[in-house]
Amino acid sequence: MTASTETLHLQHADHQAHAGAEGWRRWLCATNHKDIGTLYLWFSFTMFVLGGVMALGIRAELFKPGLQFWQPELFNQLTTLHGIIMVFGAIMPAFTGLANWMLPLMLGAPDMAFARMNNWSFWLLPPAAALLVISLFVPGGAPAGGWTLYPPLSIQAGMGMDLAIFAIHLLGLSSIMGSINIVTTVLNMRAPGMTLLKMPMFAWTSLVTAYLLIAVAPVLAGAVTMLLTDRHFGTNFFKAAGGGDPVLFQHIFWFFGHPEVYIMALPAFGIVSQILPTFSRKPLFGYVSMVYAVCSIAILSFMVWAHHMFAVGLPATAQLFFMFMTMLIAVPTGVKVFNWIATMWEGEMSFETPMLFAIGFVCLFTVGGFSGLVLSIAPIDIQMTDTYYVVAHFHYVLVAGALFSLFGATYYWLPKWSGYMYNERLGKLHFWWSMIWFNVTFFPMHFLGLAGMPRRIPDYPLQFTDFNSVASIGAFCFGLGQLLFLYNVISTIRGGVGKAPAKPWEGAHTLEWEVASPAPHHTWESPPDEALVKKGLRAQSLEHDHE
Amino acid sequence: MRASRTTAVLACASALRSATAADSRISFQPPQTLIAQDISDLHTWIMIVIVVIFVAVFSVMFYAIFRHRKSLGHKALPFHENTTVEVLWTVIPALILAVMAWPAAKVVLAQKDSRGATITIKATGYQWFWGYDYVDYGFGYKSKLATPRKEIDNYQTAGSAKNPNYLLEVDEPLVVPVGQKVRILTTSNDVIHSWAMPAFGVKQDAIPGFIRDTWFKAEREGTFRGQCSELCGQDHGFMPIVVKVVSAAKFQDYVSQKQASAKAMADDPNKIWTRDDLVARGKKVYEANCLACHQATGMGTGPFPSLVNSKITTGPVQAHLGIVLQGKNAMPAWPGLSDTEIAAVITYERNHFNHVGDLLQPKDVKLARK
Repeated sequence: MTASTETLHLQHADHQAHAGAEGWRRWLCATNHKDIGTLYLWFSFTMFVLGGVMALGIRAELFKPGLQFWQPELFNQLTTLHGIIMVFGAIMPAFTGLANWMLPLMLGAPDMAFARMNNWSFWLLPPAAALLVISLFVPGGAPAGGWTLYPPLSIQAGMGMDLAIFAIHLLGLSSIMGSINIVTTVLNMRAPGMTLLKMPMFAWTSLVTAYLLIAVAPVLAGAVTMLLTDRHFGTNFFKAAGGGDPVLFQHIFWFFGHPEVYIMALPAFGIVSQILPTFSRKPLFGYVSMVYAVCSIAILSFMVWAHHMFAVGLPATAQLFFMFMTMLIAVPTGVKVFNWIATMWEGEMSFETPMLFAIGFVCLFTVGGFSGLVLSIAPIDIQMTDTYYVVAHFHYVLVAGALFSLFGATYYWLPKWSGYMYNERLGKLHFWWSMIWFNVTFFPMHFLGLAGMPRRIPDYPLQFTDFNSVASIGAFCFGLGQLLFLYNVISTIRGGVGKAPAKPWEGAHTLEWEVASPAPHHTWESPPDEALVKKGLRAQSLEHDHE
Repeated sequence: MRASRTTAVLACASALRSATAADSRISFQPPQTLIAQDISDLHTWIMIVIVVIFVAVFSVMFYAIFRHRKSLGHKALPFHENTTVEVLWTVIPALILAVMAWPAAKVVLAQKDSRGATITIKATGYQWFWGYDYVDYGFGYKSKLATPRKEIDNYQTAGSAKNPNYLLEVDEPLVVPVGQKVRILTTSNDVIHSWAMPAFGVKQDAIPGFIRDTWFKAEREGTFRGQCSELCGQDHGFMPIVVKVVSAAKFQDYVSQKQASAKAMADDPNKIWTRDDLVARGKKVYEANCLACHQATGMGTGPFPSLVNSKITTGPVQAHLGIVLQGKNAMPAWPGLSDTEIAAVITYERNHFNHVGDLLQPKDVKLARK
């Protein structure tokens, strides 16, 4: 290992001579997967802050009954933009960024397969984000129909909706290009000896996610394009007055939207499946069943879309079919949770920040899974749909799921990215702070939903006051706590608490830990030695000595 | 079996009589129909399953977290697969799901069975209020939020106390008889709304261009409250649904009274009106139907354009009439208004907001509809 690290240092030094552009050109013309990964991550953090500020605007309004700060129309714009920005601007680019940074390192590839396309797929994002922000200031304001953009409400909206549609086109293009890159990289650029069933779980989940995106992003693009032509070019896809079908949009949207949920969850599964074994100092339990679970979740995700539409008046047979299919997803998801727990069982656990976030993920994602199971029962869903119960459910899955896994991933790989160790005490504080205030914010929403508080209302009946006030306090504290994260990351980049070794985590065995910290600008220019690959695989029990 | 369930529901309901439906805070509103009771039971059953699984899974995990840690000197056992447990924890959850799916499917089928209703009421969603038509009895009305604006804008008039049914009160509730199967047809005039009555276990989207149905049979008298549950624009939070369940006799009285007043209110479309009468009538129609979007000042809001000095309200009257009848962009079509109402509101718009324009007679509207 020492030898290989030294070689890499030499390679690194060698490349300083023709390291390429410096300054802003390094970023604008970036083709290096690490630079692009960094761009993606910073972009997504910026969007996270923007979407978060909007969420705080929502929670401020809902602190007590009555209209305090916003008129209802602006409130609807805030909820809509919060949703679109968090989904398309924060969570999805963050996972693409992680895949960019880590996949080549983990697989032993020199870069992503299509480096120039990689640059293009990133640089489509800022204009899309700008369009969304600009839409707040055009006549009629930003889209106010919810992130689901249901017509005819979205046909009614002002030109802000057109900007949002164009933004979604750009974001979709970006996702598809990013996905093509991930698929090609994973399928073609693995180190010798690393077969598909031996690559790290994060690579598997990124691969499956990329396939999902390639399948569904065009569906969304089609839906919003039809919306656009309904708005301006005299078509009547969704306009009842012209013979169109408003429910058709929902079917198309959720055929995209349900897999989208897993697009935001599967990479999180992958990250947790890297972190838990590392800090349990044990191989991942049930690797193969994990892979099968990921694939079956992905396939099932295409067959359950109408569970978002139990209130539109589907025939009884459809109601039953989608209910059974939805319940079925609990099986592979359960398998994953059991595998994670078995990974921790009889381990030698230590609780650094990434591990805390991973365990926090398992706990809270399980709660989100349980409320998902409750919602899968069609008659109960009819009571809950479009209430705060759903809001609670998907925030348990997307904040405690996707976001917590991203925090975990950042702490886990930050030493590799920056070359320095982060402040462990601050990291732990960030975890506990987030964990507590997250629950204070979102757990009461289950009760609000059960009691019947509709979502997306700017003002509410009096009996909902207490839980709303609690949730608002929780939200402000949760939001504030993220400054800890920002501070910790920036101070780590500036030197942190000292230099990081190549392998800062005792139990880590994947290939990225074989290169120096920080990872040099160019790595694995020649594929890693097969012996090195096998050593990592054996440590993860993906290969046995006798083989 | 069903009869005993009814008794049980009634007993349960009387126990909760002190708490009105709107008081529900941490769980479902007290169920008032067998379906709502079924849903509540289903939820309880699933919560029991979930809590058992939760305790089992989390105790294993936390046992590992507390005992199998490096700081206690625990050494890792590097096992990494076990076919037996992996098969078990796939098959057992699948069986548990089957046990959950069976009762749920029965409720789905019961919920979808809207046959044999004694009364049919059409609920139409408007931006932003509900319209109810008693299709068997030939009358209908609009049901609007009754909470005064000053209570909502508490920021402007600090100290204005909110009454207990804040945002859950309407000027005219839906009135239905107790113990009879009521079929609700939902549709919409503009965007998608959702007719939701939690105490009855009912939530049905109201979709323009479509008629959907749902049903309920309320088991006891009382007033029950819900809210529109599909984002329908700026006043989505301000379109409550109030259902008053009364005895059969009271319901008959209610129907006859409503039918009589509907007859009195009916207009002859061939009557020739004076300008002042049309404007006065039009003001009422405007306030009832147009004010939410175009504002009292006529200045419009959001995607809804201003009427003041616009080319619609000051241009040719036929174009103005066309927009009211057919709608345009954000403006929905209003064919549901009577000829007289349309004539009046158009005349009002053309002779108000500092406009002095022509007037429109109901018979012209009748002609234009053809």
